[in-house]
Amino acid sequence: MTDVIAAIPEENIERPSRLREFWTYFKENRGAVIGLYVFAFFVLVAILADVLAPYPPNEQFRQHLLQPPFWQEGGTTEFLLGTDAVGRDMLSRLLHGARYSFFIGLVVVVIATLGGVMTGLIAGFAGGWVDTVIMRLMDIMLAFPSLLLALVLVAILGPSLLNAMIAIAIVLQPHYVRLTRASVMTELTKDYVTSARVVGAGKARLMFKTVLPNCMSPILVQAALSFSTAILDVAALGFLGMGAQPPTPEWGTMLAEAREFILRAWWVVTFPGLAILITVLAINLLGDGLRDALDPKLKRS
Amino acid sequence: MFRFLLTRLLTFIPTFIGVTLISFSFIRLLPGDPIVVMAGERGLTEERYQELMQQFGFDRPFLVQYWDYLTGVLQGDLGDSFVTKRPVWDEFFALFPATLELSICAMIFAVSLGLPAGVIAAVNRGKFFDRALMSTALIGYSMPIFWWALLLIIVFSGNLGWTPVSGRISLLYYFDDVTGFMLIDSLLSGQKGAFASAVHHLVLPTIVLGTIPLAVIARQTRSAMLEVLSEDYVRTARAKGLAPMRVNGLHALRNALIPVVTVIGLSVGTLLAGAILTETIFSWPGIGKWMVDSIFRRDYPVVQGGLLLVAVMVMIVNLLVDVLYGLINPRIRKG
Repeated sequence: MTDVIAAIPEENIERPSRLREFWTYFKENRGAVIGLYVFAFFVLVAILADVLAPYPPNEQFRQHLLQPPFWQEGGTTEFLLGTDAVGRDMLSRLLHGARYSFFIGLVVVVIATLGGVMTGLIAGFAGGWVDTVIMRLMDIMLAFPSLLLALVLVAILGPSLLNAMIAIAIVLQPHYVRLTRASVMTELTKDYVTSARVVGAGKARLMFKTVLPNCMSPILVQAALSFSTAILDVAALGFLGMGAQPPTPEWGTMLAEAREFILRAWWVVTFPGLAILITVLAINLLGDGLRDALDPKLKRS
Repeated sequence: MFRFLLTRLLTFIPTFIGVTLISFSFIRLLPGDPIVVMAGERGLTEERYQELMQQFGFDRPFLVQYWDYLTGVLQGDLGDSFVTKRPVWDEFFALFPATLELSICAMIFAVSLGLPAGVIAAVNRGKFFDRALMSTALIGYSMPIFWWALLLIIVFSGNLGWTPVSGRISLLYYFDDVTGFMLIDSLLSGQKGAFASAVHHLVLPTIVLGTIPLAVIARQTRSAMLEVLSEDYVRTARAKGLAPMRVNGLHALRNALIPVVTVIGLSVGTLLAGAILTETIFSWPGIGKWMVDSIFRRDYPVVQGGLLLVAVMVMIVNLLVDVLYGLINPRIRKG
């Protein structure tokens, strides 16, 4: 044993920086790296949609209704992925749809994480009846199927993209609360927390500076995974007519508008769904890789 | 064990009260006066309006209304639909078999493909089969099922003409409900071709609804199998020279099944959420479509009663899974 330790070169003894260590584990997972590239591409498209799109997303070309993609008979290179029923360019709408989906994922995850982590911290720290009340409340929310609850919430708030995002963020809360509370409870029993208490750290400092940073790994993974849930569920609400309203080029709403043409024009149905699938898949790959890299206990399972 | 059961049952009560409170107050928050909605296009006089307000008790304090509602619910009275004027309870149980039939078929589809897929992946860990199966599972897991349904309709109903697009059975056949399950009733009716028609209508919705559970079960089976395969008793069984099939099937799979069964039990909520989309797309006359339609029609008693019944159903299944799990695994009981 001693021989092996002595054989390690001097500079490797120092612990690599956290980020470097994370990256070493992360890049081992080929799927996760592919997911990262696809996600980076998606973000780029979302930012540059105005530059990349050949036409404005809502411009109608009356002479080109339901034109197929360029490689099919009747298609032109003017409209690479064809046009929809009112003559709008599919490619331009899809590119702008990336912007909506990215925005949806971001907003939902930020609201859900902030609210859920705060509530979870309070439940974990307060204990007693506060904890019981919060956790019962989360149990009650979890008893409703998430999409149904979101649907009713949107019906109350009125159908719009913003309300759909709020509804999904609310529905996602219980997962964050449970996760945060569980990690807080484990961390609270550890010695470093006791020593911080002994030194005289206040409640706020204990919560945010001492304990919270050590609970971040599972929360980060959950955030990555709920980014894809958010995109999927908001698209589902859009599909049911309870999310973004036409003519917004949101992918789910585009699918809802395309439904009546499914047997006549495959492209108006296929492309928006494919865009959702690829984006969600990339984020899930990324999330799996993140979990493996951040949580050594689950590694290589 | 008795104590465990008792504590689990006791947590059921506050959750139940919370669920009734939520489904009750949601409806009070919905925009639009329910009585105006009920009157529809015709409108109504001020006097009649006040009369109806009194009749439905909307003029009384919130808590009094809630109390009446709660006592009604406990006696099985969920109110009447604004649209059909029939009791919500009756409507629910008329439509429930359709959802149950679809869900059972979807679950059979998911388990019968997901379990073997997970086992094969675990046994071939890291090899081609594992990668191919797990990539497919991840795609299934990421699938927007409303799009998946449309794709299947394009291919199987549009291009190939194999399957119908909507409903539970062809209009050519008519028979009375006996069990509410189309597969059984069509057989009982003895009409030629009725059963085949029912099966044809069921295939696509089953695949669509079963896709995500299938992916989840395959992933869960694989990781549970991997854990069990590294246990000592599996090594012992191998060392004894038992055939690989026997080791993997009998020793490993049986022990890996515990977490998998839990996942299956807990996916009831997911299944119901999926049923909302699947039933809407395939015009499947079940609970999911009924709820969506009522939300759009602002049929408040139905939304309220449906929310409550669905939530209670999920709660009961979760309770059963918990109790079953406690029976199988004594460590849970103590915890």
